[in-house]
Amino acid sequence: MGLLDQEFTEGNIVIAKTEDLFNWARLSSLWQVGFGLACCAIEMMATSASHYDFDRFGVIPRPSPRQSDVIIISGTVTFKMAIRIKRLYEQMPDPKYVISMGSCSNCGGPYWEHGYHVLKGVDRVIPVDVYVPGCPPRPEALLEGLLKLQEKIRNESIVKPIRSGFVGKSA
Amino acid sequence: MKTAEEIFNQLKEKFGSSIIELKTDKPVEPFIVVHPLEIDKICLFLRDDKELLFDSLMNLSGVDDANGTKVKDDKGLETINGGTLSVYYHLESTKLRHKLTLKTSADREKPEVVTVTESWKGADWHEREAYDMYGIIFLNHPDLRRILMPYDWEYGFPLRKDYKNPEFYQGMKVPY
Amino acid sequence: MTQYSIQNTKDSKLKTEEMVLNMGPQHPSTHGVLRLELQIDGEIIIDVVPHIGYLHRCFEKHCEAMTYPQIIPYTDRMDYLASMYNEFGYALAMERLMKIEVPERVEYIRVIMGELQRIASHLVALGTYGADIGAFTPFLFCFRDRERILHLFEITCGARLLYNYIWIGGLSHDLHPDFIRLTKEFIKDFRPNVKELNELLSYNRIFIERTANVGILPIETAINYGVTGPNLRASGLKWDLRRDDPYSAYHKFDYEIPVGSGEKGKTGDCWDRYYVRVLEMEESLKIIEQAIDTIPDGDVSSAIPKRVKPPEGQIYTRVENPRGELGYFIISDGSLNPARVKVRAPSFVTMQVFPELCKGFMVADVVAILGSVDIVLGEIDR
Repeated sequence: MGLLDQEFTEGNIVIAKTEDLFNWARLSSLWQVGFGLACCAIEMMATSASHYDFDRFGVIPRPSPRQSDVIIISGTVTFKMAIRIKRLYEQMPDPKYVISMGSCSNCGGPYWEHGYHVLKGVDRVIPVDVYVPGCPPRPEALLEGLLKLQEKIRNESIVKPIRSGFVGKSA
Repeated sequence: MKTAEEIFNQLKEKFGSSIIELKTDKPVEPFIVVHPLEIDKICLFLRDDKELLFDSLMNLSGVDDANGTKVKDDKGLETINGGTLSVYYHLESTKLRHKLTLKTSADREKPEVVTVTESWKGADWHEREAYDMYGIIFLNHPDLRRILMPYDWEYGFPLRKDYKNPEFYQGMKVPY
Repeated sequence: MTQYSIQNTKDSKLKTEEMVLNMGPQHPSTHGVLRLELQIDGEIIIDVVPHIGYLHRCFEKHCEAMTYPQIIPYTDRMDYLASMYNEFGYALAMERLMKIEVPERVEYIRVIMGELQRIASHLVALGTYGADIGAFTPFLFCFRDRERILHLFEITCGARLLYNYIWIGGLSHDLHPDFIRLTKEFIKDFRPNVKELNELLSYNRIFIERTANVGILPIETAINYGVTGPNLRASGLKWDLRRDDPYSAYHKFDYEIPVGSGEKGKTGDCWDRYYVRVLEMEESLKIIEQAIDTIPDGDVSSAIPKRVKPPEGQIYTRVENPRGELGYFIISDGSLNPARVKVRAPSFVTMQVFPELCKGFMVADVVAILGSVDIVLGEIDR
């Protein structure tokens, strides 16, 4: 967009499409629900700590789902937790985005066969925008996932949302 | 420091037929088999006796012995009838530095064992877990309900060898 | 902070009302997915009912379906902050069951990895504890140092968090040629950082106010509940399985076992539990230094069995995990899969004593107490 490197001393006018402006605003400050599930949550913490610094993409953890834009499902989703995750997702205001981090929340991961208490993929409960593979994904992989999400938001249209409900497997 | 054999003789003298046997042959560690409905008294004695002082319960684990008759239905799913479920107790004395393993077995159809929460409060959750996973009923337990599985899980006890997964739980598909 | 007698609040003329407050499973300071049901009278805790199982991943069922070496990656995922130590404990149990002698080099490398893991785990515990209490800077400082340990693990086995490095009878890889040099550099840089952490957090006035005299765990209660590890040592008992039930090569090294002394409040309060971990990191550094100076040469994979088929029998083996006594109870029926693997998880046992610690304190203290016992939900729920 290149808005910030211009000088605004003269009270200039910037003309942009509403869509572009909205999308730019949305993708530049994605606040995530501050909540972790399992091993991947530790990598998510490492991503937001020093060295990787999630903050530079405008991502800061927010303790309440009602003030967040993105939820990162970081770890194994069990049946007991799936009900809560669904509720958390429903509490978030629109527009809301979901990043599924790690094999477990993508498809059940190593627990796919004998996990009697593991939900095989969080997309059976809530719609997912970006899947990040890995067990656990490196912080760089999570950052890449976030960039993919930003790309997706950049191409969004107010009239007809690109993001549909259930991507991939259906419930 | 006392060996398992010395403790066995001491218990045998005190409790008689409730102490069933001392197994030393196959396993790496010897263990004493005791009666499931007398285990609480035995454990209290083990904790309080001046020469034993087992003040800490390291571990308590339920085990499915799977020694009943196995019946296969037409889908190839196995059901076990009869046999026993067991509970292992690993005790330790932090003062006298000795360890002991107890084992008790109860019928699979009516698995009832007396709780040892009176001796060690730490047994509480271990026993709840054994109930949750195997359906072993701990008599006199203060709060016996599921611990790891959801409270409304009604599809059986998952760690039993003949456990069958349900198709759906609250509208969510269980198998892959 | 002071502990209030529950009876006093009931007798006082001020009318209060009991209520139930729900905390979690989504809460920034529950360290994962723990749900606490707090029964409170005004601001004072009357009782706490923990609800666990939100991360129950069926570890024990998986063990029964896998062969013995296949279980190792699953042990990693139990206590994901101390994966190396979980593998260590499992490998040790299997070696005792199968009577395998491992080469001395393997023992040394395991000790080095285990102690590095202990430091990394404590760094997360201390950093997040600071963040829970309201000091965010120590969190960033701790993660900065932890990244260096993760780098050491990464050059050794290729993974940052879940390693599958310690195998039954040996290791998956030998050390990287740079490992010794980088570890020495890390130790040199890390020592001043511990001092820095002390200045930032340990002796911070606000931190002491929040943690001293809060959540006192008496020694008898701790033993009766089976609490182990730093939480038990903070209550004043010098009990460390590395010394009291020696395994691997720990008997060859010289180190202290720090215990809580009640320096800022009563023995066994939150500050003691916190500070024991700080001291333990320094002791771990000593062990690592001695081990890398005297590490023998040899082959790390010579004792790995081609086919893991232990004899019929049962064994209970325990190791001193960063959180306490991690025990593996394995029953083998002589086949390629175990008949039963039960894990005695230290956090599972520690969590039971939690309601006892909270009674009579304020709601805000629950966060301080929960952070100080350092639980990992992956291990509680397995």
